[in-house]
Amino acid sequence: MLDSGISVLFLGRNFLRLLEGLWVTMRISLVAVILSIPLGILFGMFMTLKNPLTRAVSRVYLEFIRIMPQLVLLFIAYFGVTRAFGWNLSAELSAVIVFTLWGTAEMGDLVRGALISIPKHQYDSAAALGMSKVQTFGLIIVPQTMRRLIPLTINLTTRMIKTTSLVVLIGITEVLKVGKQIIDANRFDYPTAALWVYGVIFGLYFLACWPISSLAKKLEQRWR
Amino acid sequence: MGFWNQLNTEFMARYLPWYVDAAKLTVTIAFWGILFSLAVGLVCSVIRYYRVPVLHRIVAVYIELSRNTPLLVQLFFLYFGLPKLGIVLSAESCAIIGLTFLGGSYMAESLRSGLESIEKSQIESAQSLGMGQMLMMKEVIFPQALAISVPGVCANMIFLIKETSVVSGIALADLMYVTKDLIGLYYETDEALLMLVIAYLIILLPVSILASILERRLRYAGFGN
Repeated sequence: MLDSGISVLFLGRNFLRLLEGLWVTMRISLVAVILSIPLGILFGMFMTLKNPLTRAVSRVYLEFIRIMPQLVLLFIAYFGVTRAFGWNLSAELSAVIVFTLWGTAEMGDLVRGALISIPKHQYDSAAALGMSKVQTFGLIIVPQTMRRLIPLTINLTTRMIKTTSLVVLIGITEVLKVGKQIIDANRFDYPTAALWVYGVIFGLYFLACWPISSLAKKLEQRWR
Repeated sequence: MGFWNQLNTEFMARYLPWYVDAAKLTVTIAFWGILFSLAVGLVCSVIRYYRVPVLHRIVAVYIELSRNTPLLVQLFFLYFGLPKLGIVLSAESCAIIGLTFLGGSYMAESLRSGLESIEKSQIESAQSLGMGQMLMMKEVIFPQALAISVPGVCANMIFLIKETSVVSGIALADLMYVTKDLIGLYYETDEALLMLVIAYLIILLPVSILASILERRLRYAGFGN
């Protein structure tokens, strides 16, 4: 009985379709990460400004994005924005927007943390050596923040991949949805398909995230 | 502001009880999930800390599996997959088990980093005072380790409360589910979403504020600095 369930995966293009479904969420997370990195760096620098107004604005933005479950943000972008402004955003576009806003907030906080961890004497020493602002940043500050930032950014990528699995709940056809279609189409011939299909999806996510998070852990240990 | 004036307050009043019930469900699942996560996390962190043979390898595999897969996929497997093996669980049990499976590893990592930050001199001093393994754990290691891991544990709690939002995927009538239902039934999108955001703020803000107060207080509990 049980061994019949797994063969559903090798029926027709089923396994390939699952991979295509996984690619849909991966694509959303990749685009969001690629947009979040530059935006997050800018936001992180913005957060270190001493101006009380910019501080308040960035604080409210960060806290709101952080405290709301990502699914709530997705609902606001997908259902709310359409209603409020009459923009008909596709589900995928609203997902990219939400994950970019979220990624920018998270990345910004990482950048801020890395920037304020550089002791002030590093700036002073650079100035004492007659370095210009550009030289100070390019040769002293950026290389030091990078060591902290790169592992954390890689970690953010795996979090992004895991979190984008939520998009099935706003109706995007990704790996879980494709899995459900396969199960439903083969309900009578392969009644145990659900176990195998969802088990394989679990495995696919693990195979996608595990190498990335292991890399982050290795880099973190090496650069400590 | 146009947005506030156009709100259908009568609609909001009528469906407030739905949100109260849904919030209760969210809080209940989060409560049990966090409690069991702490228990699982504590056991796993002690196993990892003392490198208990065989078990610590199993725990390491569990932690990697749980941290590298999304909760929604875990829930789908528990709720739709396991019944095919004859294991039928209610949606609530699935949600709590799933949350524990996910949260256990996060808690384990936070608690372990607390345990590992205890300096060797502390353990050696305790031994030189003639303390046994249990007494040392109770009086020396745990109080300090817990204080250090509080910020991590609090962050995990907030994370787990937020993660409960995905249980609507297995047809539990939580806040997300009710909101989607109301949007689908009546198209009162603004009202439904506003109540959703407020409900989560009411649940999460106190936890988040409490966490930062606790963190500030325990910062002085560290030894030597």
